[in-house]
Amino acid sequence: MIDALLLQIGYNATLVTLGSAALGLAAGATGTFLFLRKRSLVADAVSHATLPGLALAFMLMVALGGDGRNLAGLMFGSALSAWVGLLSVSWLTRKTRLAEDAAIGAVLSVFFGFGIVLLTVVQTLSSGRQAGLESFLLGSTAGMLFSDAMLIAAGGLTVLASALALRRPLLLVAFDPGYAETQGINVQRMDLAIMTLVMAITVVGLKVVGLILIVALLIIPAATARFWSNRADRVVLLAGLFGGLSGYVGAAISATAPGLPTGPIIVLVGFAFFIASLLLSPARGILSAVVRHRAYQRHVHLRQGLLSLAQNQPVYEAMTRCLLRRAGLVRADGVPTAKGHSHAAAALRDETRWQALRSSAHLSELSARDDGLTLILDVLTPDQIAELDRRITSEQRAI
Amino acid sequence: MTAALPHTDPAQSPLAIRGLTVSYGEQPVVFSVDMTVQDGAMTAIIGPNGAGKSTLLKAALNIVKPLSGHVTVYGRPLAEQAHRIAYVPQRASVDWDFPTEVLDVVLMGLYRDLGLLGRVRARHITHAKECLARVGMEDFASRQIGQLSGGQQQRVFLARALAQKADLYLLDEPFAGVDAATERAIIDVLKSLRAEGKTVVAVHHDLSTVRAYFDNVFLINRRKMGEGPIAASFTPETVQATYGGRLADGQITQLTQEA
Repeated sequence: MIDALLLQIGYNATLVTLGSAALGLAAGATGTFLFLRKRSLVADAVSHATLPGLALAFMLMVALGGDGRNLAGLMFGSALSAWVGLLSVSWLTRKTRLAEDAAIGAVLSVFFGFGIVLLTVVQTLSSGRQAGLESFLLGSTAGMLFSDAMLIAAGGLTVLASALALRRPLLLVAFDPGYAETQGINVQRMDLAIMTLVMAITVVGLKVVGLILIVALLIIPAATARFWSNRADRVVLLAGLFGGLSGYVGAAISATAPGLPTGPIIVLVGFAFFIASLLLSPARGILSAVVRHRAYQRHVHLRQGLLSLAQNQPVYEAMTRCLLRRAGLVRADGVPTAKGHSHAAAALRDETRWQALRSSAHLSELSARDDGLTLILDVLTPDQIAELDRRITSEQRAI
Repeated sequence: MTAALPHTDPAQSPLAIRGLTVSYGEQPVVFSVDMTVQDGAMTAIIGPNGAGKSTLLKAALNIVKPLSGHVTVYGRPLAEQAHRIAYVPQRASVDWDFPTEVLDVVLMGLYRDLGLLGRVRARHITHAKECLARVGMEDFASRQIGQLSGGQQQRVFLARALAQKADLYLLDEPFAGVDAATERAIIDVLKSLRAEGKTVVAVHHDLSTVRAYFDNVFLINRRKMGEGPIAASFTPETVQATYGGRLADGQITQLTQEA
């Protein structure tokens, strides 16, 4: 396994690993724009729409007496039919009242079904020579040629460069299409541009991950990267990184044993990065959310407990009692300690001031900041607090 | 209803709309509307819900494609003059979980300067920060936009528009769902823009503040219901006609009379 990661297990494995890394890098970064535009599913329609073109290109090349498996020729054919699929989705969405998801569903299944029919025809026409066109469904890297690897790497990097050149308008359209239009950006053209890039990635990735799984390579790295940054340009970079790593590691793992399929392994490695990020991201991860929630809950319980103590009410909840005891605010028998008394009095004073703030003419707007936990000392200046205290004393005298 | 106006020459107007009709499906939302915005003034577009206020603005900017009608900006076609317009969309129109920080949003206003590949330089950042300071948001530059309150988000949108250094500002419901402090901050900025000779047009929903904030009104309920200076055009009659039976008579008189 270490040998595989260090590219030490043979020429073909090295080609596949480097080609997959380039593809992953390009797919991850490009897919981020699609992910942020929230149109991931269109990519699914586009990738399934490559199949008829793939089969037709094969037939045409064989009919012309060439080698049906020429990768460049197959890529060209699948790009054409993906283009037709893409135009069908956007035409259905614009010209009919169908929502985009319905259009995607229709186009995806019809094109894919038609493609499968053509594949069957290919099988009967030239049995023995079709040599595994169905391997493009899930990718197959066995017998990858140097020229194939170069084609994949060069194609991937060209798409990547184009996506990065268009990053500003693409992000502006993804964030705020109406505003983008006022900035002189043609939203429709940008949407077409990103879809064209996605189509190019799909075609480039046919050999490695196949048309069914390419969507995973476009979307999973972006979703993973989103856990680690709040800035779009960094999300793009990180997604490229995660995608490239998935391609590299996945291809290396699949090279260690003969039966391991490259495409699915790459997708699974990408998914492993996703799961790790989902759990561990400090800002948006599940674990940190649980920790934050628990800390917040303790804070609320302590505050409520202190207020009960200050008003000589019994503390009903076991969790509150436990927290108070652990903080050294009450003794084991529930009687407040000296520290408990002073903390409770402080909490009550804070609460009274918040109440007074609500009835104050010029401070009442700040009552929006009263969430039961924010200390009023953090919101008001000492002068304002002194003023509130005067109001409280005068009210108490009135009673 | 439409009184003769002193500023009806489209060639002089920052935004002149003629015969604009917009429809979704076959239901016109805005029907054959003419509008002539007065240079250097603040104009409120008012009308009941669903009257086509926002649509009018979006169609004027070509965000929504109109069925008919034409728009001139400072006497020339929109496409030639679009760089002189800054638009502040409704707050609800974007995804607030988008990975972008406050300063990044303001820098979007510099897209025309930066182009595709131009580097973001120190002067761009400085300019963006000045715009944030102008709306009182300079301390929030590196916050993710979803972590702001509604009023703060609205101010960031306004800062992005300011960054464009435009001559005409079009705002869609800038005061919807914002706190009183933000409303004051925004109106102060808008009035300072007017003082610089800029033109401001805002879709507005609060009839009680029209008189205090704006110079002119444009009343719309699918069709144009009135246009002109507050004193002449924001009257109980025009408001009644625009809103139909939706407001009580006493309420209208109270709203439209000088306080």
